[in-house]
Amino acid sequence: MDKLSIGGREFSSRLFLGTGKFRSNNEMKKAIAASGTEMVTVAMKRIDLKDKDDDMLRHILNPSIQLLPNTSGVRDAEEAVLAAQLAREAFNTDFIKLEIHPDPRHLLPDPIETLKATEELSALGFKVLPYIQADPVLCKRLEDAGAAAVMPLGAPIGTNRGLLTRDMLRIIIECSNLPVVVDAGIGAPSHAAEAMEMGADAVLVNTAIAVAADPEKMAEAFAEAVMAGRKAFLAGLGAQSMDSIASSPLTSFL
Amino acid sequence: MFSDELKRYDWNAVTRKIASKTSDDVKRALNKSKLDIDDFMALISPAAEPFLEEMALKSRKLTLQRFGRTMSMYIPMYITNSCTNSCVYCGFNRHNKFDRVILKPHQIEEECKAIKQLAPFDNLLIVTGENQYVAGPSYIKEALEICSRYFNNLTIEVMPLSEEDYRMLTEAGLYGVVCFQETYNREKYKTYHPSGMKSNFEWRLNGFDRMGAAGVHKIGMGVLIGLEEWRTDVTMMALHLLYLRKRYWKTRYSVNFPRMRPSESGFQPNVVMSDRELAQLIFAYRLLDNDVDISISTRETPYFRDHIASLGVTSMSAGSRTEPGGYHAFPQALEQFSVSDQRTPAEVEKALSTMGYEPVWKDWFNR
Repeated sequence: MDKLSIGGREFSSRLFLGTGKFRSNNEMKKAIAASGTEMVTVAMKRIDLKDKDDDMLRHILNPSIQLLPNTSGVRDAEEAVLAAQLAREAFNTDFIKLEIHPDPRHLLPDPIETLKATEELSALGFKVLPYIQADPVLCKRLEDAGAAAVMPLGAPIGTNRGLLTRDMLRIIIECSNLPVVVDAGIGAPSHAAEAMEMGADAVLVNTAIAVAADPEKMAEAFAEAVMAGRKAFLAGLGAQSMDSIASSPLTSFL
Repeated sequence: MFSDELKRYDWNAVTRKIASKTSDDVKRALNKSKLDIDDFMALISPAAEPFLEEMALKSRKLTLQRFGRTMSMYIPMYITNSCTNSCVYCGFNRHNKFDRVILKPHQIEEECKAIKQLAPFDNLLIVTGENQYVAGPSYIKEALEICSRYFNNLTIEVMPLSEEDYRMLTEAGLYGVVCFQETYNREKYKTYHPSGMKSNFEWRLNGFDRMGAAGVHKIGMGVLIGLEEWRTDVTMMALHLLYLRKRYWKTRYSVNFPRMRPSESGFQPNVVMSDRELAQLIFAYRLLDNDVDISISTRETPYFRDHIASLGVTSMSAGSRTEPGGYHAFPQALEQFSVSDQRTPAEVEKALSTMGYEPVWKDWFNR
């Protein structure tokens, strides 16, 4: 499959994984392997930076995987910048997934603080992947601010409800010069395939895999769906129509 | 302030309303995706008892989706049992004659070290009696500073403070505040809390507004089951939670339902809640609020804790000592209540793993 490039690094897999909610670190590790992912996000707050042998981290790190630390838990740009700097120091990577959600209940991203933090972090040389509302104008503003990719949500995080924002996602994909990674809300392989068919560059999945009865098998299913969706996009989907067009009754006189 | 809001609800009228709920009300509640307070009352009413299994199923599903297969672990550290209140049900009642302890800085540090030996705890709940004269905000701040060298996530359970003090402590690194209203029955409140600062119902009740206004990250609420009609009390608390959520939307919330256990004072609970009823209550809260943290302490038995762990609860303590210095300095001091789950954190962790749950020790940024 064609490679995806973000922040100067190439990815063969277009499936990114989150690491929350698994029943054990071992199970998470198996799911990561089965998914074939090369980009795994982890909440900074879950990792004990003082512990060289942090159990969660130990189960993620792997030469083929780009660690994508995220700032989950911060409430504004200032806290996000601090968390990003901690992450860079701890993991020796410029990649940062910006998650700024002052509302701890729905974990919806704050667009104003996210834009501010993206500007600051880009200036500091970070490769910023901001988690945002499916807002096309915000995506363009983030592009100007120096983001490495945009990560609009498909539905409220953790809901597994699929691409509820699909009309906005279409506009974002059409207008964006940056890779578009659909994040949050993807609850089934069919949702992931749909995002990829629409032309998303990648998807990020967590809950749907972590809380599946068999996370390893579900990770595999997502990998296949993402590949199928990407192939379909590249192949050029036929246009949908409600009417069958057998002949040309209206224009046959011509 | 919530004290004004609460005046709109008459205790006896709410009690009657809950009692009048029918199985049709329960079915309607179970078919809704967004519940209101009336649905909640139906789900905690006796009419919902036959629907316990269905409630458990929904509660488990919602919890799994929001929190995954994880359990947040915390441990309490009592730093003083000095108290100016005389709550009739509490072992720390100032009329109880025993030597009061206020841990000194080096003793607090020893407690931290001893806890760290037990398990990789990172969420610490610092608990005090209520004595603002000898163990007030500045003592609490000092304790926070010591504990912050060992734990990243610090919560306090202390006397209600002023908004200014909550802000001062939050700026000093405090994450959460737990405060139990004990009962929302304004009329009866004073019978249980006859003297001391705690006898002031409004000051305690409006403490939650002060926490929210001060920007406390997480607020823990609770009623003490055993004082007044529990169904009415938890409904009032649900109203309080809904009220706080709308006003202080940047704050996380947790609820606790401590069932009264025998203490030094010898007070006998007025109402007894069965395990089935506690489970029903937990499910009802989860159905009302899909995102609220539900915490269960070592007051409950290993049997109950292990079984409820996958059905709605999201946070657990383990290895708890409920006396100041209990981990190191004075392992035999007087405890506030006696714990039922005496297993070590490692044993609790093993039980959780067996059920397919990952204990999460650390979930806040390194300092």
